[in-house]
Amino acid sequence: MDLGAVLRVALRALARNKMRTVLTMLGIIIGVGAVICTVAIGEGASNQVQESLRNLGDNIVFVAAGSVNQHGVHMGSAATKTLVLGDAKAIAQQIPLIAKASPGVGAAAQVVYGNQNWYTRIRGVAPEYLDIRRWPVERGSAFTQREVDTAADVCLIGQTVVENLFGNEDPVGQTIRVQNLPFRVIGLLSSKGQSPFGNDEDDTLIMPFTTVQKKIVGIDWLNFVMCSATSREAIYPAEQQLAGLLRERHHLRPDQDDDFIIRSPTDLAEAQAQSGRIMTLLLASIASVSLLVGGIGIMNIMLVSVTERTREIGIRMAVGARGRDILRQFLVEAVLLSCIGGAIGFGLGLGASVGITKLINAISHGSPWPVVISIPAAIAAFIFSGAVGIFFGFYPARKASKLDPIEALRYE
Amino acid sequence: MPEEMVESKSATEKPSTVATPVIQVENLHKTYDLGEVQVHALRGISLSVNAGEFVAVMGASGSGKSTFMNLIGCLDRPTRGRFLLEGQDVARLSKRELAAIRNRKIGFVFQGFNLLARTSALENVELPLIYSGVPHQARLERARASLAAVGLEGRGEHHPSQLSGGQQQRVAIARALVNDPSIILADEPTGNLDSRTSVEIMEIFQRLNEERNITILLVTHEPDISRFAKRVIMFRDGKVRWDTEVEDRATASEVLATLPVVGEEDDPEEVKA
Repeated sequence: MDLGAVLRVALRALARNKMRTVLTMLGIIIGVGAVICTVAIGEGASNQVQESLRNLGDNIVFVAAGSVNQHGVHMGSAATKTLVLGDAKAIAQQIPLIAKASPGVGAAAQVVYGNQNWYTRIRGVAPEYLDIRRWPVERGSAFTQREVDTAADVCLIGQTVVENLFGNEDPVGQTIRVQNLPFRVIGLLSSKGQSPFGNDEDDTLIMPFTTVQKKIVGIDWLNFVMCSATSREAIYPAEQQLAGLLRERHHLRPDQDDDFIIRSPTDLAEAQAQSGRIMTLLLASIASVSLLVGGIGIMNIMLVSVTERTREIGIRMAVGARGRDILRQFLVEAVLLSCIGGAIGFGLGLGASVGITKLINAISHGSPWPVVISIPAAIAAFIFSGAVGIFFGFYPARKASKLDPIEALRYE
Repeated sequence: MPEEMVESKSATEKPSTVATPVIQVENLHKTYDLGEVQVHALRGISLSVNAGEFVAVMGASGSGKSTFMNLIGCLDRPTRGRFLLEGQDVARLSKRELAAIRNRKIGFVFQGFNLLARTSALENVELPLIYSGVPHQARLERARASLAAVGLEGRGEHHPSQLSGGQQQRVAIARALVNDPSIILADEPTGNLDSRTSVEIMEIFQRLNEERNITILLVTHEPDISRFAKRVIMFRDGKVRWDTEVEDRATASEVLATLPVVGEEDDPEEVKA
């Protein structure tokens, strides 16, 4: 019996009872739809975490000057003066797992342009900083090591600051004033949006760290060193080595606390992504239970159908259908039911995930969630619904194939 | 007579010749085991039917004729005895092999027509060919030819519900014919039809028997119908009571001419023939 004829017979049988067919498919439709939807949204969420991870920078290891416990009194991080340029240089030179390191000084100050003013965060860094943070300059150019060496009065400007000071005017080449000192804007930073921790990354000025040290805050130590490890795997060992190096350089005795804090936001975000993945898996497995229920529905209806069509089975057997022809016919019908259901479910699941993603994007600010159409998920859904059809269709089909032709022909 | 032919297995695939009976049964028994009671439906049937015969099988209900027909139709297997279909011993074949025999060598016509509902006449006729693996185009051609042979050309697209009883039975005959079987088994084919239509159906059987030399076994209750056959076998209590040639054989086309024309379903083709 050729497959074309089998398919035609199966499709006709399904078309005969449209309402029943649709209701039977419903379980599979909902099951596949729910799985596709949760997986799509979960993937979207994890993509967004990945995106913000990438946005954060290149395998970042962040060293901040930390609080020191002096005679039982915890001092704020700004009070620690022990993190110095030499440390940053030593980190870059002596720890092979660290690819790049940029010294950093932080400040916050009033910035004035014309009759506009804005209070913003000022970062004093080395040119490597922009590489480490994967933060390209959109227009103009970044400062160089020479401008760091000379503590030049230049700055790069973040998009939020531009909006508030310049409006629609081009900031590059203009001069702004910070604490009454003039700084030339040499570059416009590209927009980085929100950090994973909710800060507006674009609300900033970036200058050579020497400039900030000497002209804005008047210190000779550092507030932080921004490093990037050679790979994601290198982050943890690099942290260990960093701690050892800094303790040695700061001459800390074993019983003394660190006077610095090492953090790796990548790890943090990674953990976040991991818990998201587990959640997705959990939801998807709950959703797949309804696939199982859908399969049982198919089995039920196929059993009814076998009973209803006993006479037809008898006729087919009388004219020469073998048991396996009958088996195949009912199996194909069950698989067709579940696969069509799976296809519809896939479509609906996709539609729902697009809708839900749009809703999430409308409610929450920050970088938009992407809609992820997962090809493996689609294939898996299709194969799985086919498998459900075979598994749950087999028993009724086998029952049909075992009918006695004489009895079947006599059946009323 | 054909003792050594029966013995030799080489005769298995031999086409029906005058020498080989189409049906040869020897001491056929069928016992149904219903737990406490054993029902002896057939108690030793021995007979043979040659190619080109037209046999009416008669008997009261419970006489064993239906059991006999089921065995001849390869729908069931005997408890004891031999059954040679065209020289092939089919009594011990597996279910799958029996299905293949039914498909290629036997054509069934039932009292209740047994057509697939909501399926066109053409597709109904095509059905046995699907199971013998005939390609689509050849299937269509043979099914059309078969419908034409029973006077239903051009009705291929009609569904059973759009056809009269006589027409439905003719579709069933076309289906029985389509695989060019050795034998047609008709189980009370006129039981649900009025007398004129019954004669029309018998006319088709007679024509197929005469023109194509097709062997026909026909179960009937009605003596009138049995008169169209060439031989009558009477069953009683699981045995053959008598087995005789029909002496005053009726010719359906002649009988038809004497009957008044009723209903609108008369087919010009058929009246002519």
